[in-house]
Amino acid sequence: MMNSNEIIDDIANKEYEFGFTTDIEMDIAPPGLNEDIIRFISAKKNEPEWLLEWRLKGFAAFRKMQFPSWQHFEMPELDLQALSYYAAPKKKKQLNSLDEVDPELLATFEKLGIPLNEQKALTGVAVDAVFDSVSVATTFKGKLKEMGVIFCSFGEAVQEYPDLVKKYLGTVVPHSDNIFAALNSAVFSDGSFTYIPKGVRCPMELSTYFRINAQNTGQFERTLIIADEGSYVSYLEGCTAPMRDENQLHAAVVELVALDHAEIKYSTVQNWYPGDKDGKGGIYNFVTKRGICKGNASKISWTQVETGSAITWKYPSVILQGDYSEGEFYSVAVVRNKQIADTGTKIHHIGKGTKSRIISKGISAGRGDNSYRGLVAVGPRADNARNFTQCDSLLIGNDCGSHTFPYIESRNKTAMIEHEATTSKIGEDQIFYLNARGIDTEKAVALIVNGYVKEVLNQLPMEFAVEAQKLLSITLEGSVG
Amino acid sequence: MLTIKNLHAEVEGKQILKGINLEIGKGETHAIMGPNGSGKSSLASVLAGRDNYTVTEGEVWFNGKNLLDLSPEDRAREGVFLAFQYPVEIPGVSNLNFLKTALNEIRTYKGLPTIEGRDFLKLTKEKQQLVDFNANLMNRSLNEGFSGGEKKRNEIFQLAMLDPQLAILDETDSGLDIDALRIVSNGVNKLRDAEKSFVVITHYQRLLEYIVPDFVHVLYNGRIIKTGTKELALELEERGYDWLKEELHLKESV
Ligand SMILES: Nc1ncnc2c1ncn2[C@@H]1O[C@H](COP(=O)(O)OP(=O)(O)OP(=O)(O)O)[C@@H](O)[C@H]1O
Ligand SMILES: [Mg+2]
Repeated sequence: MMNSNEIIDDIANKEYEFGFTTDIEMDIAPPGLNEDIIRFISAKKNEPEWLLEWRLKGFAAFRKMQFPSWQHFEMPELDLQALSYYAAPKKKKQLNSLDEVDPELLATFEKLGIPLNEQKALTGVAVDAVFDSVSVATTFKGKLKEMGVIFCSFGEAVQEYPDLVKKYLGTVVPHSDNIFAALNSAVFSDGSFTYIPKGVRCPMELSTYFRINAQNTGQFERTLIIADEGSYVSYLEGCTAPMRDENQLHAAVVELVALDHAEIKYSTVQNWYPGDKDGKGGIYNFVTKRGICKGNASKISWTQVETGSAITWKYPSVILQGDYSEGEFYSVAVVRNKQIADTGTKIHHIGKGTKSRIISKGISAGRGDNSYRGLVAVGPRADNARNFTQCDSLLIGNDCGSHTFPYIESRNKTAMIEHEATTSKIGEDQIFYLNARGIDTEKAVALIVNGYVKEVLNQLPMEFAVEAQKLLSITLEGSVG
Repeated sequence: MLTIKNLHAEVEGKQILKGINLEIGKGETHAIMGPNGSGKSSLASVLAGRDNYTVTEGEVWFNGKNLLDLSPEDRAREGVFLAFQYPVEIPGVSNLNFLKTALNEIRTYKGLPTIEGRDFLKLTKEKQQLVDFNANLMNRSLNEGFSGGEKKRNEIFQLAMLDPQLAILDETDSGLDIDALRIVSNGVNKLRDAEKSFVVITHYQRLLEYIVPDFVHVLYNGRIIKTGTKELALELEERGYDWLKEELHLKESV
């Protein structure tokens, strides 16, 4: 019989389930970061001049910037010159339909549980599949187009809807925002583009699935979502990567724009390869996600379930510019082995009567280290702004850590800001109590963890909530028996 | 049903149980009394399989199985139930969801189909009435913010739901008001039958007026030093434990 300590130690031995690689012919640029490679990417993608200029501005900004040092973990050395900045599955010819996508790629996504064949696809979910740096397929495009919804790869949007892209690109996350965003602006290869026209309630969940496959590459994609007046969209992002011994960099940018009375719900289930039990390998997930509630009474809601990556470093933020606009952040971040997560949110209250709600649930197991870092800023115009923050940490075992860094900056006396924080530990006596009722330790931990994250998972669309719950129990499996 | 032979156990290197012998037959109810710190809860913990206790000597047999070989959850599934002296709080886990999980784990172990939806709710209603358990507590987190008495009632409610063969009640009476004591005892009495056995750990004779035991044992310093019938409880109520301790010292010095 294993005692709880042994069971908790055992957490490290659970294997990552998506660690396979795909053998496929690739176009890979030689390693190195310079203007030539940027011109190469831009030319490969047949981009207009203004976009190349914008990339080069991003690169110029990047060169002036230093890696930040305020994070609560030791920043690994990143040799950006050793990476290749372009990797794409070789296309035989122009693709006209899904049937022409390389079967090897279709098989890869199928194996990941993301069938790209529309007959097999989850009903009610349209998927844009990104393999290494490039979007390989987008499902249900035709059906969405009938309603005026644009959902396509970023590259396609640049060709087909250049005015929309030009109008919004970089308006939420400028090319010089931070070093990773600047790098992304310079070398981003593809991503997803979504536009929901006025008054349209998008009839299905839109979803991007990111897969890193190639070795020694970084993944830099951009997502841009615009919800025009009175529209609604729910968007989901999922991701996995093969098990590799070296670390891989993922530096994405996501920009959301909500106009008057529009609502965007953005959900992420992040399951990048976390590295092995000794902390070897794994993805560095350094992502800039920001949304702006530009219009009055608009709403942006971030929900994230973070279980993978060696290091997760991201703060999905909301700028509440429109009066009476609303921002939400719901997060579950799990770390085990030697994983590090430094995540949280920033909410900027600018318009009057703006509201925000932050629910953060950290779970640490093994030797994992989890930090919540959140900023709630209230500007002078934001009369009667309100924020509620609940920030909880759950510890499993004795060798893990959790930290909370809440920052509050209020420049308006009428603002009401509430912050609550708790730390709890799954105690041996709790486990024993459940054991004594016939529930084994693994189920007992799952029961406690599910109860703990319920409030966040409830925000996810049904199928994904179920997926996320499964993912959490798989992630914590070894920790518990 | 349960045979305890020469049971020795220690916790944190300290010997707590020093040779317990006890035989509990089918349908019997045994009361265990004894001064604070004598080892009553420790005995219950060892039987339920708490892992900070180490058994250093002795055996425990339950329905022909070596109980000490089983994991705590398997002991529960085999039909051993411990109503805790101090039930823990588990935030976020609803009482109802917890009970359903527990019940179905036990049923699956026994090869019975799981019980769902309406059948489960029906069973819940029926057992709630048995111990007059406040239905509002069902949807709350397990024991979180429950009053002392509510926690104790919840233990007995779980007992009724899980229907074990051997129930060990560790000071279930402490913390209950006078009415609750009567209600809970009546509930326990309704559960008693020829197949089930009870071990009732208590400090007070009063409980044993409601739940009348077949045997009363006195545990002192890790050993059972006296066994009698329900009259022994009355005598203890009147005279305390000192006379027994003296008897014991006399015996030991001979
Ligand atoms: N984890 C532990 N570490 C050290 N000593 C312990 C531990 N658990 C129990 N003990 C000791 O074991 C002895 C027996 O405790 P136990 O709880 O079994 O007594 P009890 O008979 O149930 O007492 P009460 O009537 O007060 O409930 C006590 O001296 C107690 O301090
Ligand atoms: Mg006790």
